[in-house]
Amino acid sequence: MASGETLNITQYIVHHLTNLKVGSGFWTWHLDTLIVSGALGLLVFGSMAVLASRATSGVPRGWQNFFEMVLSFVNQQVKDTYHGNHPLIAPLAITIFVWVFVMNAMDLIPVDFLPETAKAVAVNTVGADPHHVFLKVVATTDPNLTFAMSITVFLITIYMNFAVKGVGGFMHEIFTVPFGAKLAPVNLLFRVVEEVARPISLSLRLFGNMYAGEMVFILIALLGIWQLPLALPWALFHILIITLQAFVFMMLTIVYMSMASESH
Amino acid sequence: MSINATLIGQMIWFALFIWITMKYVWPPLQKAMADRQQLIADGLAAGERGKHDLELASKRSADTIREAKEKAAGIFAEAEKRGAQMVEEAKDTARAEAQKVYDAKLAELEQDTERARSALRDRVAELAVAGAEKILRREVNAAAHADMLSGLKQEL
Repeated sequence: MASGETLNITQYIVHHLTNLKVGSGFWTWHLDTLIVSGALGLLVFGSMAVLASRATSGVPRGWQNFFEMVLSFVNQQVKDTYHGNHPLIAPLAITIFVWVFVMNAMDLIPVDFLPETAKAVAVNTVGADPHHVFLKVVATTDPNLTFAMSITVFLITIYMNFAVKGVGGFMHEIFTVPFGAKLAPVNLLFRVVEEVARPISLSLRLFGNMYAGEMVFILIALLGIWQLPLALPWALFHILIITLQAFVFMMLTIVYMSMASESH
Repeated sequence: MSINATLIGQMIWFALFIWITMKYVWPPLQKAMADRQQLIADGLAAGERGKHDLELASKRSADTIREAKEKAAGIFAEAEKRGAQMVEEAKDTARAEAQKVYDAKLAELEQDTERARSALRDRVAELAVAGAEKILRREVNAAAHADMLSGLKQEL
């Protein structure tokens, strides 16, 4: 809590939970979310692409070993749950797991480190007002990001439904499952509720977990000297949450894809 | 927390990363892993085959060694027999040769004896004639008594 003398506790917390914004109304852009998630994504997927282009079928070494391990793990989950052979599913699951994991992992950087660095840079280079330099480094605590991912997954689910079952088959399933053709409106209602509930629960689960975790880090940071014995155990425990949330998001996506590709 | 245009930006990022993974990350790595799996499977199969071949080869080599041993033993026995035969032949030859030499020497000896005997007989006849001359103290006509003397010589 480096700037404790100029902010009270509420202001400190709010400052930490405010995004760096440009624009107004709907056309507001959260620059920190966009930049952090994009930079992390470009870094990991760029390096994975470079690595994959040099991948050898001989003895794997170093990073290739590591990425092969992660990718085989994800692929095993896909194989266990999804029995189709659409080439999109494994890359989708890999993207979700890796990206969500690295974005969540930003939580492990001490809460003040990057925001204070950004503040110092902004104040000293462009003379910005230190109270208006915001930086939320954990992009998954932004519901815009989690909803963007879950809506994309939802759209892919719809696409998979059409691609696998065809328009007729999909329509038939919507209107006849689970109660048969006589209760078609009820079936439709159930289906809509089910389909809409999925992306909402998917995104809010990730958002809620990461937001709460970040909140605890901020509160711990407020404890002065007592944060020292508390921050480390919470960070260690948080490693579990970070991995688990990435895994849950990936797993549920695979399950949704599997349900979309199988006839009832 | 407010939903705004960031959502659109994030969807674009997400789509971009899915595309990168789908096009540049997953296929090459998957191929590398599948190739390695194949390589390892081939290697294991080759190892198994090699082991089998080794077993066969060692069995064959044992057979060959046994055959060679048998053959060698046969050759050895044959040679031994042949050797014994040769010694036997040499002995026979030597014996025959010795016999021949012995016979020749014996014949020579007999001849010599015969010659000596005949010489002796001549001498005895001369001595007898000389003796008779001395006893009779008279001239004996050698020519007239030659027949009688040669008949005497024959009797000796």
